[in-house]
Amino acid sequence: MSRNLNALLVLPGLSALVPLPATAATLDERIEQWVAPLAGFVERLILFPLPIPGSEAHMPFVVLWLVIAAVFFTGYFRFINVRGLAHGFRLIRGDYNDPRAAGEVTHFQALATALSGTVGLGNIAGVAIAVSVGGPGAVVWMMLAGFLGMSSKFVECTLGVKYRSVNADGSISGGPMWYLSRGLADRGPALARLGKICAVVFALFCVGGSFGGANMFQSNQSFQQVLSVTGGADSWFAGRGWLFGLILAALVGLVIIGGIRSIARVTSKVVPIMGAIYILAGLVIIAVHIDQVPAAFALMFSSALGVSSVAGGALGVLAIGFQRAAFSSEAGIGSAAIAHSAVQTREPVSEGVVALYEPFVDTIIVCTITALVIIISGVYVDGGGMSGVELTSEAFGTVIGWFPYVLALAVILFAYSTMLAWSYYGLKCWTFLFGETSAAAYTYKILFLLFVVLGASMQLGAVIGFSDAMILAMAFPNLLGIYFLLPTVRRELDRYWAKVRGGTLPTWRENLARQRR
Amino acid sequence: MDEKYLVGLDGSDCGRRAVAEAMRQARLSGGDVVLSYVIPWSPFSFSTAEENALRHKRREEELVCASEKILLPEQQRLRKEGIDCEIVARHGHPAKTLAHLAREHEVTVIVIGAIGDTPIKSRFLGGTASTLIQISPCPVLVVP
Repeated sequence: MSRNLNALLVLPGLSALVPLPATAATLDERIEQWVAPLAGFVERLILFPLPIPGSEAHMPFVVLWLVIAAVFFTGYFRFINVRGLAHGFRLIRGDYNDPRAAGEVTHFQALATALSGTVGLGNIAGVAIAVSVGGPGAVVWMMLAGFLGMSSKFVECTLGVKYRSVNADGSISGGPMWYLSRGLADRGPALARLGKICAVVFALFCVGGSFGGANMFQSNQSFQQVLSVTGGADSWFAGRGWLFGLILAALVGLVIIGGIRSIARVTSKVVPIMGAIYILAGLVIIAVHIDQVPAAFALMFSSALGVSSVAGGALGVLAIGFQRAAFSSEAGIGSAAIAHSAVQTREPVSEGVVALYEPFVDTIIVCTITALVIIISGVYVDGGGMSGVELTSEAFGTVIGWFPYVLALAVILFAYSTMLAWSYYGLKCWTFLFGETSAAAYTYKILFLLFVVLGASMQLGAVIGFSDAMILAMAFPNLLGIYFLLPTVRRELDRYWAKVRGGTLPTWRENLARQRR
Repeated sequence: MDEKYLVGLDGSDCGRRAVAEAMRQARLSGGDVVLSYVIPWSPFSFSTAEENALRHKRREEELVCASEKILLPEQQRLRKEGIDCEIVARHGHPAKTLAHLAREHEVTVIVIGAIGDTPIKSRFLGGTASTLIQISPCPVLVVP
């Protein structure tokens, strides 16, 4: 890893996390030694850290790229992330569903599916990383980034639905690959070529992201979680990450290669329940310590402005918060547009408005709860080298002693569902690149499983760098293309909003009455 | 106004007995029959991205399957008896959808089998028939 990135990721306190092995190399360590330099190289190439004046920390260029886009979209669509919320809620509730389309994918289902791909380690481990590296202040920037990111999600998901396509087998495909190639082609031959390039580059990075943050990071963190509940360094699993990786890969393989849909279906039902349990437990802990909440907020806001921040300088804290938020909400990354595009609607904007809720739930609500629990418990101060999920687990454990076991289960389930969701995103991009053949699909799936094993065998530092790099890189082609499509989205939005305002958007009741006539 | 019977089928024997009862009554009163099959579905369920992508196609397949395998044979049987008969397949909450269909087709009686769901499900969540009795816009005839 370069010196620059050491400054970014291994800030004081975190360096203890990546100890170099003193004993003879186990299989895990050999895998680590072989892959880590490669991961570091990819990371340097893509994250391209910009030095922040007057500080040790660095702001990766891609994070700046994401924030600029999110701020611009928020302004260009006149705070759609605020004014769209009430209407979005009515859409999710089904007020505008068409009874004739019963049996199709509803707004609620599309949102729930997309959320199960994003709610997960980004919120549980990501917040802990932000707090341990950037101090409590990073959470404030994380929330702000989540708020701005809602506008990015709106644009992506609107475009995802507008330019979706129907495959030969009758399934619906959508997402950046399609809106970049088809959307820009609508805007003239010069942009058509740019669109094609953006779509291909996006698909390449998305495949990489599905191997990195959505796979290696998940498998790594669920292994850490198993380690910590089975006795930490004394655990039988210590140094046997590859074995855990093999078990996890087998479970993922059962679904994606074995085609055992029932597992995927059960997972899709259990994950929301786990999410609810997590939020409830967080609220219980906050309620127990309700007297400390104002102080926790005060600490978050004061350190956000660099008063007592760990990383030195407000910009350093901001960089960490924004980066973790990007990883948690995936706004601007383009992945969610793939999940949202199967929804049944005649109005692309309606799904965009529904998608506002994704960063809202994922980054604003869940992350705030996690951050409050970590800060109230105080474990981040004397955590002694803990980070990621371990830290969150410790924080919950201070109030609810048995919760780390539930959390271990939740983490593994979240990780598992994120892997399944992303294996689908990655596969869609892979077949976009290499054609819809079963040979291509199998190649992808086998590679995917290989990365599950790799992720469990490596140290967090190397995994996190590579994961961030691959996922964040998707934002380059995605947002670049989106800038050219903004006028289209604005036209759609204005037309749709006039309908909503004028009351000419038929509600469920009106649709039903019309059907009866 | 003529009698019009809405029959809710579910592929069970009990559903077939409901058709037979509707047929008997329609023959007596000279009324029409609407045969319906509701595919249980909720707008608030959880699904995977892959399922969602295929949902549109699956939905069409489910509707075709319900019409051809269950509704059409019964329709032919009724038509042979000289009874005017429509068929309709829908997705949705079984009881609520039957109530909607009753309004939509302006029927006078809904005929439904007493037992369709599994015993456990009907015990805990209330059967389709018992829910329908409470929300139906017209009389409900429950056939054992």
